[in-house]
Amino acid sequence: MQLEWSRMQQARIDLVKKLFKQTVPAVDFASIRYHSDRDDQIAVRQGVLEPLRTVQDEGVMVTVHHRGGVGYAATSELTESGVRAAFERAVAWAERLGKSAVTNFSRIDMPHHRGEFKSPVRKPWEAMGLKAKVELLTDACNRLKRGSEIVDWAAELWHMRTDRLYLTNGGGEIFQTFDRMVPSLAVTANRGPETVTRTFGRMALCRQQGFEILIESGFNAASERIADEALELLAAPNCPEGKMDLLLAPDQMVLQIHESIGHPLELDRILGDERNYAGTSFVTMDMFGKFQYGSPLLNVTFDPSRPEQAASYAFDDEGRPAERQFIIKDGILLRPLGATVSETRADYDGVASARADSWRRPAIDRMSNLNVEPGKEFFDDMVESVENGIYMQTNCSWSIDDSRNKFQFGCERAQLIENGKLTKVVKKPNYRGISASFWRSLKAVGNSSTLEVLGTPNCGKGEPNQAITVGHASPPCLFANVDVFGGE
Amino acid sequence: MRQYFFDTADYINSLIEGGEVYTAFLSGEDSDFCRLNGGRIRQAGSVKQNELSLRLINGARHASATLSLTGNKASDQSELSSIVRELREQLAELPDDPYLLYATEVSSSDSMRVSELPDSRETVAQIVTKSKGLDLVGIFASGSIYRGFANSLGQRNWYACHPFNFDFSLYLRADKAVKTGYAGFSWADSAFDAKLHAAREQLEILKLTPKTIKPGKYRVYLSPSALNEVTDMLSWNGFGLKSHKTKQTSLLRMIEAGASMHESVSLLENTAGGLAPDFSSLGYRRPAHVQLIERGQYKDCLVSPRSAKEFGVSTNGASEAESPQSLEMASGSINLAEVPDVLGDGVYINNLWYLNYSDQSACRMTGLTRFASFWVEGGKIEQPLNVMRFDESAIRMLGDNLIGLTKEREMIMSSHTYGQRSVSSVHLPGAVVKDFSFTL
Repeated sequence: MQLEWSRMQQARIDLVKKLFKQTVPAVDFASIRYHSDRDDQIAVRQGVLEPLRTVQDEGVMVTVHHRGGVGYAATSELTESGVRAAFERAVAWAERLGKSAVTNFSRIDMPHHRGEFKSPVRKPWEAMGLKAKVELLTDACNRLKRGSEIVDWAAELWHMRTDRLYLTNGGGEIFQTFDRMVPSLAVTANRGPETVTRTFGRMALCRQQGFEILIESGFNAASERIADEALELLAAPNCPEGKMDLLLAPDQMVLQIHESIGHPLELDRILGDERNYAGTSFVTMDMFGKFQYGSPLLNVTFDPSRPEQAASYAFDDEGRPAERQFIIKDGILLRPLGATVSETRADYDGVASARADSWRRPAIDRMSNLNVEPGKEFFDDMVESVENGIYMQTNCSWSIDDSRNKFQFGCERAQLIENGKLTKVVKKPNYRGISASFWRSLKAVGNSSTLEVLGTPNCGKGEPNQAITVGHASPPCLFANVDVFGGE
Repeated sequence: MRQYFFDTADYINSLIEGGEVYTAFLSGEDSDFCRLNGGRIRQAGSVKQNELSLRLINGARHASATLSLTGNKASDQSELSSIVRELREQLAELPDDPYLLYATEVSSSDSMRVSELPDSRETVAQIVTKSKGLDLVGIFASGSIYRGFANSLGQRNWYACHPFNFDFSLYLRADKAVKTGYAGFSWADSAFDAKLHAAREQLEILKLTPKTIKPGKYRVYLSPSALNEVTDMLSWNGFGLKSHKTKQTSLLRMIEAGASMHESVSLLENTAGGLAPDFSSLGYRRPAHVQLIERGQYKDCLVSPRSAKEFGVSTNGASEAESPQSLEMASGSINLAEVPDVLGDGVYINNLWYLNYSDQSACRMTGLTRFASFWVEGGKIEQPLNVMRFDESAIRMLGDNLIGLTKEREMIMSSHTYGQRSVSSVHLPGAVVKDFSFTL
């Protein structure tokens, strides 16, 4: 089916196609990636509208593979001279340093597909006027002030729209447009030297949706709940220290998947590209196909096909068609998160995961949507199965070593599980462990009724640095005998 | 770019009407980036960008938008016209902002350096030649960075610098590596050779059998780079007025519970000595210094214009995030060469990694050792250390448990490039600390 594009979009597509045709150099491979981004952020803090943030960002990235080398150049000057100058810079990089490249880029078989994609938005950003948006947020914000000990409170909507056109010298032509929304609430309570913060959404709820996300995620009813929970936490004891079973809510599973499965499986990390910044990986190429990454209950997919998820797309930023793949099946590690260039360097099948955060940056290996597939357990049954444990919700702290082994994560809220029942609320819960042994301690996985589709807009990686949107869907999961502790 | 920005500002002047005021802030760069792995080229390229943030103010209402300037006059003027129209329409729908504050006293400035940068491609070619046989990984960034401010009151500020920053590591195997860097404004082969030589020497120590220590409390030395990770966490929310007034500062126990740091700890936002420009995106000029911590006691906050209005104090030109951009810590009395002796038995930490708060109210943070960290015994570096996780309060680290700071300090130019190349820097000594908790 042919998707419909606006007159403005069609005009930009035509312009970039014309510029590419006029300027593309005679090289082994050439591409141009055009981005037109519009970000709107509206926030109300303590009943007062914060300054509106609107970002309109447009530019192109050109890439060449030439004489064995690689070169890129990014510019916002969308004229024949601007794009021509960018190609000249890219070619100059490839020519001068081609002999010193990590691989012979000219021999990489780059994709040249044609296609399109559009986020499945039901209630678009424009469906609500500015005043109505401000009123909605003011109402959500005001409902957060539930006591004198609440010292700061805010509600926010962040909408991101991106149009991307990708053209190659082999006839590739892909146009994709993405609409993402991030709703969030935050409430902070204080008593003397003790402060706690409880949030909703924030950095864990990002989807390719319009205003339907507010209903589906429970945003409209969340203010009172998180405010009451913040006050409850302020009076709660610190999380106890000890080894116990750990039940993680989906809004903490997001982080657990991201840091201890997603990043270590990025092929560019395994190949060493990230060693100076984001780090390396404990995973080595010989582990694929046989390494027991988790218990047999662990099934992880790279799934760009779930329509509403944050990082769904039809093609990655190197033009490769995206399809769902098992990354870990029955606990066994199957394939890395590596796109065309890394896959060729490693000579191992990867996935369509080359992504760039803007026209300013080249594509690198990324996670996209990385999901834990649902198991068989109902939430209540998992709680009932625990004699001595703890249920943790909502990530607030994350730290993991550069090989992605030794991690320590913190959550906003926890509840003890004693003899199969959720009991006392405790504050400042933290836990630590080592990635593979932690996943091998997985003893129960929630069923599809417990699955939540979440994601974050701010995953940092790469040199030069990039922050990108990733999606993680997960049910709650239960882990055995984890090292748990609290605050001071 | 300077003249283009000022011409653009004049054009925006022609678009505003009646009692409207505008402010415009330009953040731009013309940069080269080359990423290396195994001493070879992974990605190499150039990025030219100029982001303009335009704020339209009418009475107590304001709205802003950020756009990418193309450098093409006709195209930029057309875009600006439509943005001003859109902002004007937004203003009609917005309530008055009780916390709006912008610079009304005109204070123009011009800070321009002449570029002494060499050709990036030739410099990288040299790096490749000199690192033959080494597993070198890193990023070379070089080129011009611009900041500009203009408003309809006639203020014009310009700042341009032309730094390079080669941030790199030499790997021995797996996670055993030496991290170093060479940054400045004028590339000198001899200086780079010296950096490379020093890193190679440390690489030799990494060849020794690594030591794994048990969790527990140890004496440690935090190099300026390692201490930078700690102060970076404190800078996240420690020094801003808003975080103090809303009790979210990680230094809460210094404010509410009488905690203090060691009397040798003094922290300064030293705009005069840093790389960042001395004007803000709203046109405020920054003072040369803001004393954040003086002899272990909390002193002043960084105050953005918005916080100033909200909490009824004066702004000191801080950014909206109220984070330091040119943080400086006073030096101490320990000679760098004597650090192993002062340490006795303990851990010499060159780099920390991935810090985060495990208890923000208590300023307790967790993170890991990274790159070349060594076990020291009897004042002698004995073995490289396998990765250890720590979990420790920074107030304790720089308070009761601080043994001393080094006389020598290091100026570290930020290598961060999220969105654009950073102009932040820190100037820090090293620190010897007792009872530092390793947990995993």
